Amino acid sequence: MTERTPGTDFDGADSRRVGKGVTASQAKAWFVREVLPLEAMLMRFLAKNWRNKSDLEDFRQEIYAQVLGAAEVNIPDQTKPFVFSVARNLLIDRFRKEHIVPIEAVAELDTLRVPSDEPGPERSVISRDLLRRLQLGIESLPPRCREAVVLKRIEGLSRREISQRMDITEQTVSDHVANGMRVLADVLYGEAPELGSGS
Amino acid sequence: MIKTQSLNEIASVWLERFHSGAWTQQDQAELDGWLAESSAHRAAYWRLEDAWSNASRLTALRQPMRQSAPPRRILPILARAAAVVALVGALGVAGTKYFAAPDTRVYTTGLGGRETLALSDGSRIELNTNSVLRIAAKANSRTAWLDKGEAYFEIKHDAAHPFVVFAAGQRITDLGTKFLIRQKRDRVEVALIEGSARVENDSNSARSAVLKPGEIAVATADKLSVAHSAMAELANELSWRQGQLVFTETTLADAVAEFNRYNSTTLVVTDPAVARMKINGTFPTSGAQMFARVSQHILQLRIAKRGNEIIISR
Repeated sequence: MTERTPGTDFDGADSRRVGKGVTASQAKAWFVREVLPLEAMLMRFLAKNWRNKSDLEDFRQEIYAQVLGAAEVNIPDQTKPFVFSVARNLLIDRFRKEHIVPIEAVAELDTLRVPSDEPGPERSVISRDLLRRLQLGIESLPPRCREAVVLKRIEGLSRREISQRMDITEQTVSDHVANGMRVLADVLYGEAPELGSGS
Repeated sequence: MIKTQSLNEIASVWLERFHSGAWTQQDQAELDGWLAESSAHRAAYWRLEDAWSNASRLTALRQPMRQSAPPRRILPILARAAAVVALVGALGVAGTKYFAAPDTRVYTTGLGGRETLALSDGSRIELNTNSVLRIAAKANSRTAWLDKGEAYFEIKHDAAHPFVVFAAGQRITDLGTKFLIRQKRDRVEVALIEGSARVENDSNSARSAVLKPGEIAVATADKLSVAHSAMAELANELSWRQGQLVFTETTLADAVAEFNRYNSTTLVVTDPAVARMKINGTFPTSGAQMFARVSQHILQLRIAKRGNEIIISR
């Protein structure tokens, strides 16, 4: 991908070390390469163990923040067990805090193994699935939002050009595109879901 | 209760801004500051960024067109020898059809792309580099919109159902025709190769002209003028259909602008004296670098590479 990466100054490997021995760009590369492909599995794990679906996005973000924060100090040897132990601890924490499950259930959760029957974090797994997921994602967008995303991502038009082409305000273009970005990330990494939500 | 914007939403607003086409250094500094605030910010942003970057593969979802142009051979580059380098072939990015409003089909070509579209009525449309054409989806429709770029039309005439193309506020109606439409920044050019066609301002039909072969109409928002052109020159205008650019006493400025329509490597000429120099020759549309080398040798110019740009100077 030849695209210029945002945050280049930050992650631009410019020797800026966020932890001992780990540069921001190394941590980012690890996160993108090894953690994101686990997202679908992670979301299934969370969904199975937590009733309130509207909390899941917050959980995911909290888990990623912890996982990345740790990796910026020291990149873990084994990504999958590490990510799932963070997830497990977060769930246990929340269970206890909200007194919503009996302590046995927590104990059970404690012994939960990382799902082993699922594909590992290999990037190829995601690649194989990628186009289908993207297709589902793009088709799930509301028509105007989809149009804006296509003009942006495929034709590379600017916000202003899209605004003129679609005869809508630039703010609306921004909203459509930002929404599309979130939906695409969800279908790409998360559970390819009941499509049609689009946040 | 007012729901606050989630972190994910904030991250998507940043990413959208970054890609908006109006990104400044100030913005970059602000984004860097936001990213530096917490690992949660970085994780949310990088997740969206990676997904968006992967979404470029959406292009692969475009369906192939009904008929693609015959395969072309790419000949090895003969490089610097002469100003006249006649090469056939161009690297075509597949012309494509993708998601669109249900009432039109959209065909698009990327930078350097070129594609042929065969319509069910026997008409053919060739799309040049970096172009977008829409055709009304209903069967036997005879309406098209050239939203961007350039296209050559060979239309099977049907007096009862004229073929109409809309381009930047102009309406071009076929009266039995081969014609070329090219959108430029502030105007549309329609060159008639064969037959006859009418060009008119879509909102003011008083401003119209019926073209004869060899004529080129140049229409801006408020003006329409028609010039006559030698058929040989018109043929040059169509040379992209063979993947070529033909220059005849063409200024360097114009030649460079042509190459930049087809290539991600940008040729840059800033010196006005250099821009006025003239060049002759035939080049592949993908031959920006070759062109730079040729002008170096023939016109005794200097070339320097800077990132994605090739600077041509004295």
